[in-house]
Amino acid sequence: MSQPHVTRPARELDGTFETYTYGFVYSIMLTLTAYLIVTHHLFNNTLAMLLIAGLAFCQLIVQLLLFLHLGREAKPRWKLAVFVFMVVIVLILVGGSLWIMKHLTHYNHLAKPGENSQQFIIRDEGIKH
Amino acid sequence: MNHQLTISHQEHKDTEKTLFGFWVYIMTDCVLFASLFATYAVLHTSTFGGPSGKELFNLPSVLIETLLLLTSSYSVGLALLAARRHDRDVTIIWLMVTALLGAAFLFIEVSEFQHLAAAGNSWRRSGFLSAFFTLVATHGLHITSGLLWLAVITPKVYKQGLTALSLKRLELFSIFWHFLDIIWIFIFTLVYLMGGLA
Repeated sequence: MSQPHVTRPARELDGTFETYTYGFVYSIMLTLTAYLIVTHHLFNNTLAMLLIAGLAFCQLIVQLLLFLHLGREAKPRWKLAVFVFMVVIVLILVGGSLWIMKHLTHYNHLAKPGENSQQFIIRDEGIKH
Repeated sequence: MNHQLTISHQEHKDTEKTLFGFWVYIMTDCVLFASLFATYAVLHTSTFGGPSGKELFNLPSVLIETLLLLTSSYSVGLALLAARRHDRDVTIIWLMVTALLGAAFLFIEVSEFQHLAAAGNSWRRSGFLSAFFTLVATHGLHITSGLLWLAVITPKVYKQGLTALSLKRLELFSIFWHFLDIIWIFIFTLVYLMGGLA
């Protein structure tokens, strides 16, 4: 007679020792690579920014698949659906904020040429610091 | 026997529902962090004549924080695997390792905050620092609540053993902890590493 919880059907999203270990090793390697790119000034700033953003994205994928086992559930994949919806909201929120604020600076016609919005506000409000 | 199996099946379905509900909460928490990341992205150059991230951030200690949190994410995975094998003692050991690593992370973070505030660079200094403290401290608060949660479930696992209920608690906690590690990767990259470059 087995105990009730032992007869629990195997879930498709269950991880194994291998998935966790691979996830851990890959994450360490990606983190150290990004860190060395920045501390050793291996590339120019623009290229370095793109590379470390790419490495962070890779680590996101690694951890979603190997730690959180996303997409391994049985159909219908509600977890994945909520996740995709979250990604859409996040892209609109972050992308939209940056877009609006960039144009706010761009169309700030009261500012002197070459003056950014922060310098303009400091001058306009007469703030001394 | 049949009766027991029916209960087990029902319990299993309930666990699946709870896990899904918790997953939906985690996704809304991602939206909260996204709004704080957007705020930081907009304000990170607004230093108001004060120091920028490049002058303030101590990258070696942030790397240590990152490695601590990453290792704790691995150890919580190992705790969950041990719990599924019904190995109580190994589960407890990995949970305690997770708690220690999380506490060490939090200690370094709080020391960094104290160091900044003592040098006059608190959240009141500039828009950049307000956004920085809000984003990083919100993550730190999540870590703190995770540690409290761990302090509640670890003794329960020890006393009650690995029942279906404590296994469910561990599954929920592991999702929460992995999620905090993923948020930290973005704080590490977008705030600290990119701040170090600019």
